[in-house]
Amino acid sequence: MEFKGYRRDNGRVGTRNYVGVISTVVCANEVAEKISSQVLGTVPFLHQQGCCQTPLDINRVTNVLIGLGSNPNLVSVLLVSLGCESVELEAVVKGLSQTGKCVETVTIQEIGGSARAVAEGLLLAQEMARDASRLERTVCPAGDLILGLKCGSSDTTSGLFSNPALGIASDLLVKAGGTSILGETTEFIGAEHLLAARAKNKAVGEAIIELVRRMEDRAKAVGCDMRGGQPTGGNIKGGLTTIEEKSLGAIAKSGHSPIEAVYEYGVTPEQKGLVVMDSPGREPEILTGLAAAGCNLIVFATGRGAPQGFPFVPVIKITGNRVTWDKLRDHMDVNVSSIMDGTETLPSAGKRIFQEMMEVASGKLTKAEICGYTKAMDIYVVGPVI
Amino acid sequence: MRIDAILIHERDNVAVALRDIQENEEIVVGKENGSFQMRASGAIPFGHKFAIRYLEKDEKIIKYGEVIGRTTVAIPLGAHAHVHNIESLRGRGDIKDN
Repeated sequence: MEFKGYRRDNGRVGTRNYVGVISTVVCANEVAEKISSQVLGTVPFLHQQGCCQTPLDINRVTNVLIGLGSNPNLVSVLLVSLGCESVELEAVVKGLSQTGKCVETVTIQEIGGSARAVAEGLLLAQEMARDASRLERTVCPAGDLILGLKCGSSDTTSGLFSNPALGIASDLLVKAGGTSILGETTEFIGAEHLLAARAKNKAVGEAIIELVRRMEDRAKAVGCDMRGGQPTGGNIKGGLTTIEEKSLGAIAKSGHSPIEAVYEYGVTPEQKGLVVMDSPGREPEILTGLAAAGCNLIVFATGRGAPQGFPFVPVIKITGNRVTWDKLRDHMDVNVSSIMDGTETLPSAGKRIFQEMMEVASGKLTKAEICGYTKAMDIYVVGPVI
Repeated sequence: MRIDAILIHERDNVAVALRDIQENEEIVVGKENGSFQMRASGAIPFGHKFAIRYLEKDEKIIKYGEVIGRTTVAIPLGAHAHVHNIESLRGRGDIKDN
């Protein structure tokens, strides 16, 4: 099992080959966006963080920015900074230097305003994009894939068909020597005992239970029933009644592989195989977390039809709901409603998803990429804005 | 045989409608080894759950063979089982010592 990817100097493999234009703080988004919109081959990463937050969150934002810039789908990185933010530009540059990739910076307050920053950024990005375009794909083993697992806009069909089918594809990747990352801690609530039972040892099992306790305590601290927020109004319309029910369906996307390790949000796993990463379930935060953890491919199972993609990691949409497949053709990549119709078995649908993963990893575009629905991005922080 | 609903696990006390089911319809519920017939006592939308036996107030709801919540009122056989008669046991900041 192989795909064609971009092998980087540090050995990691990209499924895409973009120049990343990354804003280091919410206040630099306008400039980063303008630069990226005018240079072919670049993608922006914009977010709402990076200043006036607790040191814990500033440290997290810094590490996530380093993780994003290190993602193998980016061949080089242009960092755009305002200049006065809490996140230290030099710390991000230093973190990225370890990847061996070209890193350039533009600081708006130093260069003298946004017009000059955009002009300087455009010239830098143009050169970087030209260099990137010379690279070619080579044959890589499936084991070089780091898969992000996601489900969203779930309904009853998610837990019955699309998530279990994705679980089979994830197991196939793990068997092939790859890595698969399960996030969405909120959607472990009520199902954490089943995940802990699959942990490779007691410590990993306890770490899973602790992640869930932390997330649930955060939700309970608000003093209300979290239903309506989780499960969402749309989940409820789709037939899901409680978070426990949603979770039991959600964890099916991790298949049956043992869980090797547990990581904090956005941390790149050292192990191969299936691992858990702390994150909430909302799309901008988890897609960003998976990208920062080094995912070069994401598969997203949906019931009611979630359109979200990410700027530089392809997001494959699968649905087991025939109505959604028919209505949202411009957003859905793989239809597994055949399982409900009884015309296809679950293992066969799982193999089809795996095949699609190999093709998309080799360059086939996802629907989200084609229609430009790739702006679901933000960094998950736990403390207040201060 | 064409099934109208599915009982996911043998321990479950609710089944899932695989199409929109009308009030008083005779339906076939598929399960791992075979199927059984019953009557829907109310309308059940596609993807929603219904009780496959009479459920008392405060009874645990089982789906996927696991607890997914608790009844807040008694649920008659064949009735729609959802947020109007089931509550979650988790993430309840509104209940002290939960």
